[in-house]
Amino acid sequence: MKNMILAASIALLLLAKGAHAQQPPGDVAKGKALYMKNGCYECHGTVGQGGTGPRLAPRTASLAYVRKPAGQMPPYTPKVMPDAELLDVQAYLMSIPAPPAVKSLGILNQ
Amino acid sequence: MPKSKRNPVGRRGFLRGAVAGAAAFAAQAPNATPQQQNANAPARAEATAPAESGVRIVERAGSDFMVDVIQSLGIEYVFAMPGSSFAGLHESILNYAGNKNPEYITCMHEESSVAMANGYAKVEGKPVAIAVHGTVGLQHASMAVYDAFADHSPVYMILGNSQDATKRGGEVIWVHSAQDPAALVRDITKWDDQPVSLPHFAESAVRAYKIKMTPPMGPVAITIDTELQEEQIPIGTNLRIPKLSPSTPPAGDGAAIADAAKMLVAAENPVLLAGRMARTPEGMKNLVELAELLQCAVLDQHRRLNFPSRHPLNQSNRAGQGGKPLMVPVVMAPDLVVGLESNDLYTAIRLVRARNPQLKVISISAGDLFQRSNYQNFQRYTEEDISIAADAEATLPYLIEACKKLITDDRKRTFQARGAKLAEAHNQALEKARLDASYGWDASPISTARLSAELWAQIRTEDWALVTDSSPWIHDWPLQLWDFTKHYQYIGGAGAEGVGYAAPAAVGAAFAHKRHGRLPIAIQPDGDLMCANGVLWTAAHHKIPMLTMMHNNRAYHQEVMGLQGLANRRQRGIDHIEIGTKIYDPYIDYAKLASSMGVRSEGPITDPKDLAGAIRRGIQAVKGGEPYLVDVVTQPR
Repeated sequence: MKNMILAASIALLLLAKGAHAQQPPGDVAKGKALYMKNGCYECHGTVGQGGTGPRLAPRTASLAYVRKPAGQMPPYTPKVMPDAELLDVQAYLMSIPAPPAVKSLGILNQ
Repeated sequence: MPKSKRNPVGRRGFLRGAVAGAAAFAAQAPNATPQQQNANAPARAEATAPAESGVRIVERAGSDFMVDVIQSLGIEYVFAMPGSSFAGLHESILNYAGNKNPEYITCMHEESSVAMANGYAKVEGKPVAIAVHGTVGLQHASMAVYDAFADHSPVYMILGNSQDATKRGGEVIWVHSAQDPAALVRDITKWDDQPVSLPHFAESAVRAYKIKMTPPMGPVAITIDTELQEEQIPIGTNLRIPKLSPSTPPAGDGAAIADAAKMLVAAENPVLLAGRMARTPEGMKNLVELAELLQCAVLDQHRRLNFPSRHPLNQSNRAGQGGKPLMVPVVMAPDLVVGLESNDLYTAIRLVRARNPQLKVISISAGDLFQRSNYQNFQRYTEEDISIAADAEATLPYLIEACKKLITDDRKRTFQARGAKLAEAHNQALEKARLDASYGWDASPISTARLSAELWAQIRTEDWALVTDSSPWIHDWPLQLWDFTKHYQYIGGAGAEGVGYAAPAAVGAAFAHKRHGRLPIAIQPDGDLMCANGVLWTAAHHKIPMLTMMHNNRAYHQEVMGLQGLANRRQRGIDHIEIGTKIYDPYIDYAKLASSMGVRSEGPITDPKDLAGAIRRGIQAVKGGEPYLVDVVTQPR
């Protein structure tokens, strides 16, 4: 039953497109702490902007991918990061606002 | 400034006429060489008889003649940390040459000397000399030598050594001496010698210069004996400096070039993949001409600046960032890839070859003309359809002419349509890069994209040059966002990816830019600076203007990610991976570090809104002739 709820939550997450389109279940503050503690930011940046790894915010990756990633990303198994923690992280990522429009950033258009 | 004693009159008779050879050659040779460009080419050191008193007086030392030889090669600087094994040469530079041509530049580590020389040579297109002390100095220097070797950079090393065991003055000199000092770096140099006489030195020094400057360029080493430096020039020694006969860079075989041209003109979607192709601005100009002639895609692997970053045919931004080498993206679907001094062609084409087994591949590389076997910098073997063992820059003009002969009006129309599509793709990639850069714009720690954009906003109207590597530590943002148009604006990174290269190479490159009045910019990784931060003192002492922006992510970040991956795969979590990989407790205060060595500085800056003012103050200081450092606390990448 617990797994079904989790799956349903993730499905909702995957439908979300924008930062605030659908705030998922999960604790944003906890998620931010876990995102930093588990080193997600090392590759994806502290606000999910991307780095060595792709941009994560304001959108979300699928839970299945985190468990069995391709390429250079290491797997995050439930033993390392339980499902509930992943939901918190996803809540954090979804809470990150969209960046300012490129056109509004004068120095980025030179 | 010590007064030059280059032409004193000895107390005893002279042996004249032994030194005229180089002067005569210099006057007659048809082509300009460093020796001829230098009005002081002839050897001035003369052999004199020793003083009669019991006091040991040396009136004309062997190292004076060595300075003559160095000077004849047009070498203007010697980068060195002092050492007793080359003290004779050191003294001759200061007092015989008057510390001018060559001038002694004080370094604080031999690794810094070599990396500085590497950066200088890549900007200026000509080498300095490096003096290295015996066994221990060369061991310090060796990583930077490997970087230069893998980077095809012409580094000229002079190694001090005490060869005569009976003349070694004690325990320290024994442990600092070797039977064959250059053996340590023989796998990573093009050539070395240990001359036993001054005439032998002259010939080997000139030969070494010629070898290192012939593509593929690379480091050379001449070992100089302490006795040979410090003792009187023996009476009757024929001191003659041989004429330098520079080799022309090897160009490709005519038939192979004709075949390559046929394939290029016939290809529907060719890609030119340039690694260390542009040795000089001419190489860049020729690549632009070839690309525009064919209206084909260019991917710059950025081991040098091979192609203007905002040229419409530059498709490098489409290849994605963050790794080396830059790989040909599958979406470009090439039917022909032409590697031009491409450093890892196998990996660069791996994905597109997997997608299209019919892919044709041509390589033009001087790397095929010279390889050592021990160190594996030659990368994986690549199956090619045409492999031209030649210098790509020297070959391009012939390839251009061969293509011109084959292009019909029909092909021209096809090419124009292709070029238009590529220009559109280029613009889209630039817009995507700008969009990507906007994410994390206001983040703290500061994003490397924001740092790069803030810099560009203030340097773009100046005569600037980036003197550190752009990728992948800062996600290649400068190469994605800045408008690189001049060859000297980018010199690539460490050939062998050795940490500790960036800071000294940047100082060496900035030193080369100084005489041109340019604005050198370094985006300096923190871990790298801590390998050899004495270069900050060298920059302050020699008044080398450069703006250093710290990329202070407070970690050896590459290793953070590697260790994190291992820990996760072993399901042990990453709670402990910061041990050995993070630079914390305490954080290093780079502004204080810099100011302690005489470099004006500020920071740490954590709010991106503070960047613009710091950059403005930094540029002002650099324009005033000073180095300046801004400590910026940054995102990991």
